[in-house]
Amino acid sequence: MKRILVVGNGLAAHRLTARLAALGHDGPVTVLGAEPHPAYQRTLLGSVLGGDVPASALTLSAPPPGVRVLTGVRVVAVDRARRVVRCADGTRYGYDTLVLATGARPTGDVHTLADAARPVRGRVAVVGGGVLGVETATALRRRGHRVVLAHGGPYPMHRHLDEVAGQLVAARLESWGIELRLGGYVPASGTLGADTVLRCTGTVPETAAAREAGLAVRHASGSIVVDERLRTNDSSIRAIGACAGTPDLAGALAQAETLATLLTGGDTRYVPLPPILRPRVPGLDIASLGASGPSGAPDEVVTFSDPARGRYARIEIRDERISRAVLVGLPEGTAAVAQLSDTGRPVPEDRLALLLGGRTKAHGDDPAAMADETVLCHCNNVSKGTVVRAWQHGARDLAALAATTRATTGCGGCTAAVRAVCAALPVPEEVG
Amino acid sequence: MSGPLSELLSVPGSAPPPRTVHTHCPYCALQCGTRLGHALGEVTVTPSAFPVNQGGLCQKGWTAPEVLSTADRLREPLVRGADGRLAPAGWDTALDLVAGRLKEIRRAHGPDAVGVFGGGGLTNEKAYLLGKFARLALRTSRIDYNGRFCMSSAAAASNAAFGVDRGLPFPVTDLGRADVVLLAGANPAETMPPLMRHLDRAALIVLDPRRTPTAERAAMHLRPAPGTDLALALGLLQLTVLDGRLDHAFVRERTNGFEAAWQRALPWTPERTERVTGVPVAAQREAVRMLADARRAYVLTGRGAEQHSKGADTVSAFVNLALALGLPGRDGSGYGCLTGQGNGQGGRELGQKADQLPGYRMIDDPAAREHMATVWGVEAAALPGAGPSAYELLDSLGTAGGPRALLVFGSNPVVSAPNAGHVTERLAALDLLVVADFVPSETARMADVVLPVAQWAEEEGTLTNLEGRVLRRRALLAPPPGVRGDLEVLRGLAVRLGEPAERYPVEPREVFEELRRATAGGRADYSGVSYERLDAGEALHWPCPAVPSGPAHPGTPRLFLDGFAHPDGRARFVPVEHRDAAELPGRDLPLYATTGRVLAHYQSGAQTRRVAGLTAVEPEPFVEIHPDAARRAGVTAGGLARVVSARGAVVARVRLAESLRTDTVFLPFHFPGDGRANLLTGGALDPRSGMPEFKVSAVRVEPVDVVPGGAVSV
Ligand SMILES: Cc1cc2nc3c(=O)[nH]c(=O)nc-3n(C[C@H](O)[C@H](O)[C@H](O)COP(=O)(O)OP(=O)(O)OC[C@H]3O[C@@H](n4cnc5c(N)ncnc54)[C@H](O)[C@@H]3O)c2cc1C
Ligand code: SF4
Repeated sequence: MKRILVVGNGLAAHRLTARLAALGHDGPVTVLGAEPHPAYQRTLLGSVLGGDVPASALTLSAPPPGVRVLTGVRVVAVDRARRVVRCADGTRYGYDTLVLATGARPTGDVHTLADAARPVRGRVAVVGGGVLGVETATALRRRGHRVVLAHGGPYPMHRHLDEVAGQLVAARLESWGIELRLGGYVPASGTLGADTVLRCTGTVPETAAAREAGLAVRHASGSIVVDERLRTNDSSIRAIGACAGTPDLAGALAQAETLATLLTGGDTRYVPLPPILRPRVPGLDIASLGASGPSGAPDEVVTFSDPARGRYARIEIRDERISRAVLVGLPEGTAAVAQLSDTGRPVPEDRLALLLGGRTKAHGDDPAAMADETVLCHCNNVSKGTVVRAWQHGARDLAALAATTRATTGCGGCTAAVRAVCAALPVPEEVG
Repeated sequence: MSGPLSELLSVPGSAPPPRTVHTHCPYCALQCGTRLGHALGEVTVTPSAFPVNQGGLCQKGWTAPEVLSTADRLREPLVRGADGRLAPAGWDTALDLVAGRLKEIRRAHGPDAVGVFGGGGLTNEKAYLLGKFARLALRTSRIDYNGRFCMSSAAAASNAAFGVDRGLPFPVTDLGRADVVLLAGANPAETMPPLMRHLDRAALIVLDPRRTPTAERAAMHLRPAPGTDLALALGLLQLTVLDGRLDHAFVRERTNGFEAAWQRALPWTPERTERVTGVPVAAQREAVRMLADARRAYVLTGRGAEQHSKGADTVSAFVNLALALGLPGRDGSGYGCLTGQGNGQGGRELGQKADQLPGYRMIDDPAAREHMATVWGVEAAALPGAGPSAYELLDSLGTAGGPRALLVFGSNPVVSAPNAGHVTERLAALDLLVVADFVPSETARMADVVLPVAQWAEEEGTLTNLEGRVLRRRALLAPPPGVRGDLEVLRGLAVRLGEPAERYPVEPREVFEELRRATAGGRADYSGVSYERLDAGEALHWPCPAVPSGPAHPGTPRLFLDGFAHPDGRARFVPVEHRDAAELPGRDLPLYATTGRVLAHYQSGAQTRRVAGLTAVEPEPFVEIHPDAARRAGVTAGGLARVVSARGAVVARVRLAESLRTDTVFLPFHFPGDGRANLLTGGALDPRSGMPEFKVSAVRVEPVDVVPGGAVSV
């Protein structure tokens, strides 16, 4: 029977084993994880750091029956010829299919549950103003810490935001009382006078074992090269998640699901979604979509800037599709643009409605100005004209109007409109 | 429009019918109270001050009497002759023929070769007797009903969470005290307008891909992409916890299983939820805040959340949210489902569902079988087991091993079943199709034998409304000559199939007395309810058990205040995971189609399309589409469009709706022929509930002058 061995016990590995079980895989599955805990939801570490939930709340569901998960076991070598992995403690595990799901290695201090659970005291310096730094700084500020955020760029997240967006973010962080130190280099030993220093300087794919085994890795990012079936250059070794260069949770989960289907005999391909950077900063919507490198010249660029309200968008459109976008302070627009980008659907004609979330409130029509055919009571299909005629024929209160026209007898929602229409009518002369 | 009153009233030998009666609207589950009378030769209707409608009625209710005397009302049995046409026949001829053919088919192919398809509009008495007839007279397991297309997802989820399934476990009027109400996929402003009177005070959070009239009234309108409500509910659960709004004490003291449900919600970060559903993070957060800050809050689901191949899991996710916020089982807060059909509640608990016996007893539970066998005077072993769910039943008609004969009561599956083109083919493949109806519905027109039956204002009985309250339906008129009650029809057939006549009472009151005994001790216990108590004006919500001595049981307007219906008294979180719809838009079929109801029509429209005032408002099928999508498709407002799915095509009038998502079109399902929205929908079923995927189909829209296949006819 085919033995599947998974290295790494993060989100991708967790989803893979769950899906394998759901799809009826019946061979042995073993997971080896370096961290001492059961699998947990890494992307919510900020909520632990911010004190919103205890660390234990991040624990993912127990593995399905039959899946063996060994924690605290670090794989140090892969013997591809014998199809065996060797661990730091000297143990060995054989495989028919090896799945590398080793995630990313931090270059800073906030990466694991252990990091997040470490006590943070007094004034905190967060070093690195990328996504993780911004999230960490705001989480700590929410918890009441005094926070200084040091970042080498001219404004936070400068690799992903343009200047206008970046300044809006900076202004908002400062308005929350986060002190910003921009444009300066902080040496590894620098404390900025804080009681606690948290370095949020990013991650690199964790591929030590893969590299050592001679698997192909990308030159620039260091991530493992995989094809659309998630195969490395050794067809019995697959890689998913951050170690394969997948930037976010959604991608890691999608790869795990694709791989589970492939390993249980299904036929499918992994098609990456366009990258979206969406830091978790409650109260401030920031999004950066699309490739960060140069892409073809856009056909159209839409910009919207409303600095007084902290709102900004710059959207590049090619072939009626979103190719790149930066948004700040536009919650509706962010959601809509993200979906358009993911589905590759054409951008709506009304660009402003796209950014602002379409018409958001029904307009109250002036009853006097309404046309006679306008339906006032939808429940009973009663037009303004019908109400007016009934009123002119003597139905002068709601009960009488209801009895003659049935207006207001359904949901009752038109009562105010019916009243207003009648109030605007001149009282006719009594005719004999 | 109205037939001669004299004819309606001329019932030889019976007591003169009353001049006025208090009864209820024949249509939806709100069951608005009405008073019927006569004026100028017509039946008049006035709303009563009944609590659910408080003097209100929608246009359907006001105009309901017109159906009584509709020009093409069925007034005599019809039998399809050798020439292939339906021709009038006497009752004896028709019933003899049906019984004879049923016996032949049963002899040749076994009892499961005969199927029964019931309806959520049938009175409690009819639903009960239909189930009994199927199990005893036909001895078939093949019985299910159109409520499977309506309530089954919410039913499965409520049973799992609370141990019992009552649409609203509290009276409708409680909603009037709410501060916040979340409506997931419900559009009561159109489907049951008077309900909105109770939602006046509350701030509404409406989840719907369309900006419905209900959404227009909402404090917040969230527009999830079709088929992503489950993801949204998981995301809201995560935010409830992360934002510190979990009701820890409630979860600890009154529930089980939180941890497993929470673990399933862990991957649904607000940002991922936003990406999948299209609902902004800020809106998710605000919705949770509103619900959590409210002193009294409700989470209500409707068909929009339920009619999916993951409908039961979706409802479970919303129930989990409600439990996390500590809403259910508290006076003034809770979870509920807005039942759709007139007797959607009673219809699902009295034995016409494939897996159930009366009183919400499960047919595979030996104790339940023993109990019913005793009430019915048969051996438990003689009762058939569980049968397939509605769509599976329809899908199997005329196939090897499937039924070769089908009896349809109170349903019009040619229009209302999913994958309607296919279902119509299956119906056509039957050796015998028998339809009991009061108008020549699209299904009746296909039948070999059509049996004309009485309508709402011509019959006595009970229904159970969306809040589990048992209501009396009362007769103002006698049925027209030549028309019989369904109970009479069932007895006529049963006797011809060799059953003792006394097993099939024709008096509704007598059936109800038996139904009381049948449901005694069941989850939906009616044994303490009687016509006398109802006629005396008592408001009785089940469970209402008979009490041997002392004062009668007052009924249970509010369930769960002391405990949930599981043996340990706790509610259960059900761990659920989001999954995609069975079919997603792609290159050829780039849009989502979703189907639903409009204010002027009810269900398959068999009744409301016969009312001039209603067809004047909504005369024909339409497709609602965003102007951008319309432009791309080359269709224009007021023109005709063809909407095409992998299963069929619908021709409909184009209506532009700027408020709609650009990726979604909407079609009402009330229309016949090539306007049937259900020609588009598919047969993917929910594994827990058997609910079909009505709310998501992948479609394209094209101008009607495009011949399928691409050529343009000029
Ligand atoms: C603090 C933080 C916040 C984040 N927030 C977001 C967010 O909001 N949204 C988002 O989309 N993404 C976010 N990410 C990125 C996201 O966490 C990753 O995309 C996702 O976790 C990748 O899943 P994975 O299973 O590939 O890797 P991981 O979840 O990193 O799991 C890899 C596991 O493998 C183990 N491992 C490594 N090497 C070995 C070895 N040799 N032997 C055994 N075990 C080994 C590691 O210890 C680790 O437990 C965040 C990341 C961090 C660090
Ligand atoms: S259709 Fe429903 S809402 Fe309308 S009157 Fe009848 S019961 Fe009331």
